[in-house]
Amino acid sequence: MTVDAKQPFLKAIDELERTPRSANFYALRQTARTQFRELPFPTPRTEDWRFTSVAPVLQTPFEPARQASELNAALLPPPSAPDAVRLTFVNGWFAPKLSTLGQLPARIAIGNLAHAKLEETLQLARIAAADEQVFTALNTALIHDGAFVLVPDHVVVDRPIEFLYLALPGGEHLAITPRTLIVTGKNSRATLVERYLAVAGADDSYFTNAVTEIALGPAAVLDHYKVQQESLHAFHIANTQVVLGAAANFTTHYIALGGNLVRNEVRVRFEGQNAEATVNGLYLAAGKQHLDSYTVIDHAVPNCASHELYKGVLADQAHGVFNGKIFVRQDAQKTDAKQTNKVLLLSDAATINTKPQLEIFADDVKCTHGATIGQLDADQVFYLQTRGIPAEQARRLLTYAFANDIVSRIKIEAIRDQLENVLVQRNL
Amino acid sequence: MLTISNLHAGVADKKILRGVNLQVNAGEVHAIMGPNGSGKSTLAGVLAGREAFEVTEGEVLYEGKNLLAMDPEERACEGLFLAFQYPVEIPGVTNNYFLRAALNSIRKHQGKPDLDAAEFLKLVKEKIKILHMPDDLLKRPVNEGFSGGEKKRNEIFQMAVLDPKLCVLDETDSGLDIDALRTVADGVNALRRPDRAMVVITHYQRLLQYIIPDRVHVLSGGRIAKSGGKELALELEAKGYDWVKETEPALAGA
Repeated sequence: MTVDAKQPFLKAIDELERTPRSANFYALRQTARTQFRELPFPTPRTEDWRFTSVAPVLQTPFEPARQASELNAALLPPPSAPDAVRLTFVNGWFAPKLSTLGQLPARIAIGNLAHAKLEETLQLARIAAADEQVFTALNTALIHDGAFVLVPDHVVVDRPIEFLYLALPGGEHLAITPRTLIVTGKNSRATLVERYLAVAGADDSYFTNAVTEIALGPAAVLDHYKVQQESLHAFHIANTQVVLGAAANFTTHYIALGGNLVRNEVRVRFEGQNAEATVNGLYLAAGKQHLDSYTVIDHAVPNCASHELYKGVLADQAHGVFNGKIFVRQDAQKTDAKQTNKVLLLSDAATINTKPQLEIFADDVKCTHGATIGQLDADQVFYLQTRGIPAEQARRLLTYAFANDIVSRIKIEAIRDQLENVLVQRNL
Repeated sequence: MLTISNLHAGVADKKILRGVNLQVNAGEVHAIMGPNGSGKSTLAGVLAGREAFEVTEGEVLYEGKNLLAMDPEERACEGLFLAFQYPVEIPGVTNNYFLRAALNSIRKHQGKPDLDAAEFLKLVKEKIKILHMPDDLLKRPVNEGFSGGEKKRNEIFQMAVLDPKLCVLDETDSGLDIDALRTVADGVNALRRPDRAMVVITHYQRLLQYIIPDRVHVLSGGRIAKSGGKELALELEAKGYDWVKETEPALAGA
């Protein structure tokens, strides 16, 4: 089955290679093609994929997205901040007319990969290596366009940079392969938002296979957000891979609202001492959505701290998966790692598989992990009712309260507001 | 305002209330006293609409309407307020958000427009002072990390904001030291009005030194065993609940 499932993708890779395009990344694509061919697709027997079957993805005949048609700017969501910089991609292709660069410090290099200079993409496919993850290999073998930003040493970017990946499926089953590269220099500071969004009304199935590479230099600070709001017919498989230099401070929030079948991987690796990572996530699923969050935090060096909090709200027959791995390597003494997964089940038919994993090879470390699964507290619902709040509103308010310790940490007001609206209004 | 007739209620297979009769008129404060297990909190729970209690017989009329047919939120919107014996903590929801949602829900029921944030703030700032609540109260999550006394004061504070017609105070005095008790009682007294009635449920006579009731009832064995004026509370304090229990058969037959 694996070989057969790959054939359409290999064919697509080769077809794309024959179409006129930028010569950029040809070698990367060819290497990745070989890796893709050799790596197996996960099966139910693959330990890290036990609870998520990719069979529906492999059984759909996807076509890689070609250059997208024009899109009415009125269909775009409001930006993450009034002064935000935004690069928009439609089906993975840069849409200059839908993008605004605005005012950025002059030395920042930002743009789309198809038009990047060679020296701007030196780290591409170096942070997220394609030799282990089959979907990363697939994305890399199809690299054509994408977003990049290079923040030089000591530069502070005072407004959010937003990469907006719009899906505009129509008629055919599109495979969209967004690619993002974020490299920040010594002592730099930036805020970056990735948004994955379906254009309203899109009800064809499509497959987003996204890879994001992030490297923080020494003492760099990056506040990163990923808002996944694909259509309810979409498959979304993504790998966000992060490396942190000494004393870097990285915060990421993954917000999952959309998608039919979603697997979101976040891998953070400490490569310099005294760095700190906050890895948070919030997934809200209803209907028959399947949302899988997979994280790996690799304490490869001593004296680093990681804080991880994932919260899930599952309604109807939704299925959530949380798999959180923390590695503390033998050298990584004085590691401080904390991981928590909390899930709220709003229906008896909703399910969660949660699997926290600590693998510790050092002896002088502080590591904790825990998972809780619960339902709404009937006493709290009743208390709110006795104050005049209708039962349904009370349940939403309590759901909001559950999610609030993630929401309240989000520093971008527009994302916070959006989430508050979803939590208070959506019938989870 | 409130007429309870032959009310029987319990949980699952246990009968707790066995024929309660009570008439409370506007402007009156009624105290309901009784030993542990006499059904005081069950009565409060039944009035507020707690699902766990099943009413097997009797009726409760509130302003002429069948109270027992209403959802808890409808009762609240119609002007019933229960001050909980054990106020519930709601982490993640601020008092501000919670109270405004509650008040606007009640106002909607009354056909009034929502209060906006500024109007609401003006209203609650006045009430905060009356109850000596900390200034940061509104920003704090509902009851989370509150001391026992703060939780009880917060109940009365909510009562002041929501402006109910019928207040049921379920052992509001339990767990309070004397200063907190005074603050709560002062708050309650400030809310006494000719068009508002109060039912004060308590185990001890102590609270009734500060909130002077018009009528005192003793609940025992699931029914009102004795009723009287405020002096009945003192008599109970002197003689103990056994006194009521001993005389109960005669009273019940009377």
